[in-house]
Order: sequence, then structure tokens, then C-alpha cells
Amino acid sequence: MSTEILESYTQREYEWGFVSDIEEDALPPGLNEEVIKAISKKKEEPEWMCEWRLNAYKKWQELQEPTWHNVHYPKVDFQDIVYYSAPKQKPKLNSLDEADPELVRTFEKLGIPIEEQKALAGVAVDAVFDSVSVATTFKEKLHEVGVIFCPISEAIRDYPELVKKYIGSVVPVTDNFYASLNSAVFTDGTFVYIPKGVRCPMELSTYFRINAAKTGQFERTLIVADEDSYVSYLEGCTAPMRDENQLHAAVVELVAMKGATIKYSTVQNWYPGDKDGKGGIYNFVTKRGKCDDNAKITWTQVETGSAITWKYPSVILKGDNSIGEFYSVALTSGKQQADTGTKMIHIGKNTRSTIVSKGISAINGQNTYRGQVKVNAGADNARNYSQCDSMLMGDRCGAHTFPYIDVKNKSATVEHEASTSKIGEDQIFYFRQRGISAEDAVNMIVSGFCKEVFKELPMEFAVEAQKLLAVSLEGSVG
Amino acid sequence: MLEIKNLHAKIEDKPILKGINLTVKPGEIHAIMGPNGSGKSTLSQVIAGRDSYEVTEGDILFNGESILEMEPEERAWVGLFMAFQYPVEIPGVSNAYFLRTALNAKRKNLGLPELDAMEFMKYIKEKMTSIGLDPSMLSRAVNEGFSGGEKKRNEIFQMAVLEPKIGILDETDSGLDIDALKIVSEGVNMLKNSERSFVLVTHYQRILNYITPDYVHVLMNGKIVKSGGKELALQLEQEGYAPIEKALMATV
Ligand SMILES: Nc1ncnc2c1ncn2[C@@H]1O[C@H](COP(=O)(O)OP(=O)(O)OP(=O)(O)O)[C@@H](O)[C@H]1O
Ligand SMILES: [Mg+2]
Repeated sequence: MSTEILESYTQREYEWGFVSDIEEDALPPGLNEEVIKAISKKKEEPEWMCEWRLNAYKKWQELQEPTWHNVHYPKVDFQDIVYYSAPKQKPKLNSLDEADPELVRTFEKLGIPIEEQKALAGVAVDAVFDSVSVATTFKEKLHEVGVIFCPISEAIRDYPELVKKYIGSVVPVTDNFYASLNSAVFTDGTFVYIPKGVRCPMELSTYFRINAAKTGQFERTLIVADEDSYVSYLEGCTAPMRDENQLHAAVVELVAMKGATIKYSTVQNWYPGDKDGKGGIYNFVTKRGKCDDNAKITWTQVETGSAITWKYPSVILKGDNSIGEFYSVALTSGKQQADTGTKMIHIGKNTRSTIVSKGISAINGQNTYRGQVKVNAGADNARNYSQCDSMLMGDRCGAHTFPYIDVKNKSATVEHEASTSKIGEDQIFYFRQRGISAEDAVNMIVSGFCKEVFKELPMEFAVEAQKLLAVSLEGSVG
Repeated sequence: MLEIKNLHAKIEDKPILKGINLTVKPGEIHAIMGPNGSGKSTLSQVIAGRDSYEVTEGDILFNGESILEMEPEERAWVGLFMAFQYPVEIPGVSNAYFLRTALNAKRKNLGLPELDAMEFMKYIKEKMTSIGLDPSMLSRAVNEGFSGGEKKRNEIFQMAVLEPKIGILDETDSGLDIDALKIVSEGVNMLKNSERSFVLVTHYQRILNYITPDYVHVLMNGKIVKSGGKELALQLEQEGYAPIEKALMATV
């Protein structure tokens, strides 16, 4: 883990080091064409990008905020949001003693190194790493093999032909309400390009950047894996993030060309709000990937944060023999609500998809799985296997499953399995009789339940995810 | 070692144990027999500390001290082990991981160093062969998909690993084939020593051919109504519980 943190830490320095100096201003709240033009200008974008944004804005105005999902929240006033501001300068603290003790306690539980804790809590970090040299090595290593990994705003300036070709190619600006909004106003995000035949020599991670609590509300990520290339991308953080931004509407697009493989792993632990659900983040994300022939996209996610999550990482299996996978753990505790799932669209022949969804609801948490498997007429021999398991802890939480299956080809095989279980008092007693505390028992049972998903995560991430679940479940054992 | 005094317990306002008295000294083996629903499992679980049962009267002493206020895990740490009549399945949690966590929790509370994965494997290897457990069981989820007999054997294996001071075996002999019965009995005999005691809850005298009890008790309707030596088990096997019931009725 440590080298990875080091790398991502330094990468953050590289990405963000300059930002706060030059961009301290903010635009007034509200959204109109002028605001969008101003954003584009501040980002020093080419003309086409500005046009693209304005077009998205027009489409957005014609769209309605979706209401079909199974989550409930007060209406968001889109004219009350600040769409552009320099990264919020958190009040700098002098030491960890000044930070929220609850936050520090959680950091300790997660075993986060002290310097990192400071950075997360907004304490000025001592320069413990020789950041310049490490950053250089890191960049050089990627550069050698031709991998591009940079902020999307930089990519728009430096690699306009690549961005222009692929942005919006998987999630069109008209796709949905939040995606259109994002297209109009996104201010940061990540761009990755892996050249033909290249196996990316390291896991790419935004770990630290996101931890720095500077995440825009409207992130945009674009990953392009050229023919026969491979990349594993880790998104997210395993420390709780406090953020003043209530609404997050990100868009992630993955392009897997012939024979390419993209593994996209997320561990999301945004602030879920207090016990009454106040102050939590609304996370409305559009994530989608497109596979050419023989390509493979795997989405793996562990979601324990946010007050409201609305998210359906999907794969369009356009090419023959392409593969889509979705492994998900979604935990809702307290007053959290999640409506998540996936879409697998089979278009090519011999396409395969696997869906493994594990929902855990504790206290008053409401967890909805919504999955769609669509097999088009031309998708001969398409195969899908879906498994949807829910675990309930307590009597006031809920699990809901909505599988939509739409098959237009007779040679397709679609299998769906679902189960709901409760952590039984008898199970916990069994552990306790053997000397294992109730809290550890619950953690072990939950980890066991999530095993099939954890094993899809990179090793270090899996360990972190397990710890994260334990922390998130704290207090849910009666 | 274990002293049960006038123990009364209820579940959801239904009294089940109605004044149990039982003393188990170090190294002794006690068998408890009794008709279905008489309260044998209830007694075992109350001793182990299951909180769905409420103790309304009486006391349970372990090594001279009351354990009524102790959590189930604390009772386990001081050396109390119960083999379940119906061992539960724990999907996704491997037997090895489960047992190592249990053993280390105990060791930690006894002030002993915890065992790492390598040390643990070494430690349990011999235990495994003595119980005749297939090594592949270690990587399988706890009791998941185990046959009835395998589950029971696994309970004895766990007991062998945790080395308790007293083992309460709730019908561990039920559902075992003859070979498994032998293996389980040998496991108990191997663990038996002058310090370690056992309480065997059973319906059949056949296990007592392999394990010789010092005492046999008959539990009926929440009370121990008769105690004797191992010949009592033979007598029950032949005559059933009716004569005892009759005798009881006569005294009322
Ligand atoms: N959760 C419960 N709610 C209500 N009654 C219960 C509960 N658990 C046990 N009982 C009752 O307590 C009584 C004793 O049950 P227990 O399981 O101790 O009997 P047992 O002697 O072990 O029987 P067996 O030989 O069949 O295993 C039974 O009448 C049973 O129905
Ligand atoms: Mg019983």
C-alpha cells in the first residue's frame, strides 16, 4: 500500500499544487449560458469544448429530474448551487488536536498513517516525502510506455483530438438529467489513455486526490484503452470525506477497444450525514463502458458512504465475444438510501455478463438493487448470470430488488438468482460461544457475505474495504 | 468446577428450567438424558450464556464464581465450551479463519501471544488428524454444506483446538454413523483428563459404550428427577421414561 499512497500523494502535489494560488475566485450561484462560458474560459478550453458544454446545457433544460428511483430527498435547487469555485480552502488547522475527534477516531480505526490523517483533516502536512523526485519517477514510468494520466482539463488542452473523439461517446450529453448537467458544468476529473498493446505498469489511482476534499461536485472521468491494452483504475478513498457539496453528479466513461481490458474499482465512503441523515452527500453518478470485440470491462464497487446513492455502472457489449462484469457491495446504515445496480446491454454475438450484487442494510438503511439485462436481437449466444443477495440487520431497514430482463434473442441464456438473509441471533451466539465478540462476529459474517466481491478488488483495496465496512457497521449491533 | 444451584430459567415468559441442581467436579463425565422438550438444550445454552433465556432464580458457579453476569465470550475465554445440537452455517467465513479468530481471542484474553497463520496451521494439524477431519474442511465455510455428521465432528474438532476446561456436548452423538461415533468418542476420550470435565446430553446409551460416564441424570420437565451411575442409562434404554414418570406421579 505504502508506495501506492506515496505515488498518489505525489501525484496530487503534481495535479493540485498550483491550483489554489491562481484560482481563488468563485462564480455566483446559479446556472445560465454565461456561467458555462465563464467556466470554459477559466479552464482555458478550446472553442469546441465550450460549444459542447452549451449544447449539453440546452439538452439539460429539456430534461426532467428523474423520480423513478426508490430514494427520497428534498428537492435540489439547481439555481442555488455554485458551479465554479476554486477548491474550497478548508480552514487550516495547526494540529490534529483541533480536528473533529470523531473523524480522528475513525482514521485510527482504519489505520491511516498520521501524516495522511493530517492531510485528510485539513492540517498542514509536513513535507515528508521528496515529492518532486517521486512524482517524476512516477510520471516517467508511465511516459515510457505512452500512458497518459492527467486531469481532464489538462487533457482537453494537451490532447484535444483524443478527448474530442471520445468524450460523450459512451454517455451522450442527452443521456440523463444528471449526465447532461455534468456535461455542461464539469470542472475537474481524470483522463487516461493506454496505447495499443500496452499493459499499464501500475494501478492508476486517484486515492489521495479525492481524499483532499477538493472533489468537484461534477467530476468527469474518461478512460480510453486502445486495442489489446490493459488498465486497472482505482477510484475513491477509504477515509470518510466531509464535503460541503451536497450534490455530486459525476460521469465516468470507459472505452475498451478490441481486446482491451479495463478494471475499474471504486471504494466510496462519502459523508453519509448524521444519525438523522442531515448533511450527507447526494451521489448521482452515471458510469458506463463500451466494449469492442473481445474487450472486457469489470466494475467493482464498495459503497458505504453518501446519504443518497443513485448509480448504475453499465457495460455496452457492442463487440462480439466481449465481457461485462459488475461486482458490488452497497451498505446502507443509519438513514442512508441507495438505489444502485447495473445495466448490461448485449449487442454483439457470444457476449457474456456477470452481475454479483451484495446489499447490506442496517438500522434504517434502505437498499435497492435495480439491474437491467438487455439482449438485442443480434446478440446470438449471449449469456448473463446475475446474483443478487441482500442482508438485513435489524427490523427497520429494507432491501428491494428490481431486476429487469429484456431478451430479444432466443439463443440467449439469462440466469437470475436472488436471496435475502438476516444475520441471525443464533449465528452471533455461535461466534460468541467460541470466544468471538458480537461486533467481530458481525464483521466476519458481513465480510463473508461480501467475499465474492472483495476478491475482485486489488489486494490492498480489499483489506481497506473490509476495514471500512467494519467502521461503517459500528453501532449497528444491538 | 461447575456448580448449578436451583437454576430456574424462562423464555418469553415460559418457564423451562424449574430448579436444576448439578455439580460437576474436575475430570468427571456426566450424562444428561431426558425426553424431547424436557430442557436439555435450554440448560446447555443457559450455561453458555445465551441471552434469549432469562435466569429467574438460582446460580451457576464456574470454579467457585458466579458466571451469570458474564458475556458468552467471557465464559468461553475462561474455558467453557458448548457443542451445538444444531451447529449454524456461516457462509463465506472459512473454518480456519473462524477458528484462528476464536483461538486468538481466547489467547489474547489469557495474556498469551496470538498465533499467526503459520503457527496456527502447525498447531491444528495434529488436532485434525486425531479427529479424522479432512484438511480440505479447513478452507470450506464454517458448516456450510456439511453433512449432519460432519457438522458434529467439526464441533469436536473446534473443542480440541480450543482446549476448554469443560465441554458441554448437546447431542453430539445424534446423527452419527458408527465410525463417526467412534471418532467423536475417541476425541472426547483423548481430551479427557483429570482436570477436564464433560457434560454429555444424549438420547442414546450407545455413546456411553465408548465414553464411560461417572453419573447419569434424567431431566424431565425442567428438573433432574433421577441420578445414578452408568447402569441408569441401560435401564432407560430398556424401559423408557414411563416408569420414572409413573413413580413421580405417585409421589405427587
Ligand atoms: N425460543 C423459544 N420459544 C418458546 N419455547 C421455546 C423456545 N426455545 C425452546 N423452547 C421450549 O423449551 C422447551 C425445552 O426445549 P429444549 O430445546 O431445551 O429441549 P431438549 O430437551 O433439548 O429437547 P430435544 O431432546 O428435542 O433436543 C421445549 O418445550 C421448547 O419448545
Ligand atoms: Mg435439545
